[in-house]
Amino acid sequence: MKYLAGVSTLQLDSGRCTGCGMCAEVCPHGVFAIADAMASITDKDKCMECGACENNCAFGAIRVASGVGCASAIINGMITGGEPTCGCGPNDSACC
Amino acid sequence: MIYLCIMAGAEKTNGGSCCASESASASAGCRCPQNEVSGYINTKAGLIAKTSAQLYRNDYWGEIKSRLSAFRNNYAVVAGLYAVGEPSEDSDVFVSANYKLSFDKLRSALAGISAWILVLDTKGVNVWCAAGKGTFSTEELIKKISETNIDLVVRHKKLIVPQLGAVGISAYKVLKATGFRVLFGPVYAADIVAYVNNGYKATAQMRTIRFNITDRLVLTPMEMLPILKWYPVYAAAVLIFFGVHGTGIVFRDAFYGGAPFLFFGLVSVFAGAFMTPVLLPFIPFRAFSLKGWMVGLMAVFLAIQSFSALPVSLKVFVYLFFPAVSSFAALQFTGSTTFTGMSGVKKELKYAVFAYVIIGVASLISLIIYKSGVL
Ligand code: SF4
Ligand code: SF4
Repeated sequence: MKYLAGVSTLQLDSGRCTGCGMCAEVCPHGVFAIADAMASITDKDKCMECGACENNCAFGAIRVASGVGCASAIINGMITGGEPTCGCGPNDSACC
Repeated sequence: MIYLCIMAGAEKTNGGSCCASESASASAGCRCPQNEVSGYINTKAGLIAKTSAQLYRNDYWGEIKSRLSAFRNNYAVVAGLYAVGEPSEDSDVFVSANYKLSFDKLRSALAGISAWILVLDTKGVNVWCAAGKGTFSTEELIKKISETNIDLVVRHKKLIVPQLGAVGISAYKVLKATGFRVLFGPVYAADIVAYVNNGYKATAQMRTIRFNITDRLVLTPMEMLPILKWYPVYAAAVLIFFGVHGTGIVFRDAFYGGAPFLFFGLVSVFAGAFMTPVLLPFIPFRAFSLKGWMVGLMAVFLAIQSFSALPVSLKVFVYLFFPAVSSFAALQFTGSTTFTGMSGVKKELKYAVFAYVIIGVASLISLIIYKSGVL
């Protein structure tokens, strides 16, 4: 299953990549492939912007604007003018 | 009843001051006997609670309840270190969240293995959500590593963290701060034994998140319930709309006029919050609002067949309003899927909210036309 095409903010800076393979290990959607000591993005549209790759690239080669992909959180953010948050509180819906 | 508390490794009997209230026990960092704890094991870092890989009826019942209500948010186990089986200084350490279902899945997956479980305090939220929220985090792991003196309990320097925890835990930062090497295990606890037997290598399949029909099905109650909470308000509005006339309130009209609309309301929520998630991959369009709208339109089309006598203005209202309700309900499901990202949802919302406003206004106009008796 794929969501909207061409929206992911995932970016790979090949200049910094050492090919350590960590990004490929943590990505739950198999977005990265490692070949010749270099990571590459296979299918950006599979990316759900979870941020696991950026968080675990010790060389700062990955940038992605991660956040909750949750409509009610984003609507809340629109109304309150703040960052979308997914409460996780007792009144929260299915987000968590 | 006398509770046994272990504080910083020291054994204490306690009349309840620390265990009587859940919150006190969690904040005092003491461990109280819960039904997960089946005994204690002696280590260099003091006594460690033992838990079993076996789940009991209570555990399963708790899971069902937690799927149905917000109760799941408070379904926590006490954070800290646990033993499964008869672990030694060389046994593996698996990291988990203190959401009871995460903990239960992990310990039952460890059947036949002796291991340690390091439970982080994620305020009773599962690994995936807690990682996104920042409670299943690098800082929390570093803190629990030192709090539990795990370097005294095991001789190795290896922690196995569920892969989805990588959103919150940065392996290289943990290594730098504690000397412990974080290995990301499989996405699903059920693959843990295979992962260990495979020499701590996860296959591509173990690394990939799934979202099959059962995964989607178990999420649907929590899709429908929050929306259905509004149903009494909606029902009251419907009855008032049909019952109130210029001449007064007519209860017969309220009921006969309103009944089809009470039914359409349920149909549209069911279409958007149940049918759409369950049939997700088979419905055309990628945008959830469009998927929901389409399923809603079909459901409304079927539902309206039994009410062919409706006036034109109400028919227009039905086709405008109810598919939009399904669409909105379906859109909420973006929060529960494993493949929708923030940028996509934002983009979709920009169009959807605009469409909902237009549809809302148009629906209102059709109702006014109906009340004015023109059509
Ligand atoms: S984690 Fe970073 S350095 Fe390692 S392969 Fe991926 S992008 Fe390259
Ligand atoms: S943000 Fe998540 S889904 Fe996207 S590439 Fe990174 S790890 Fe994969």
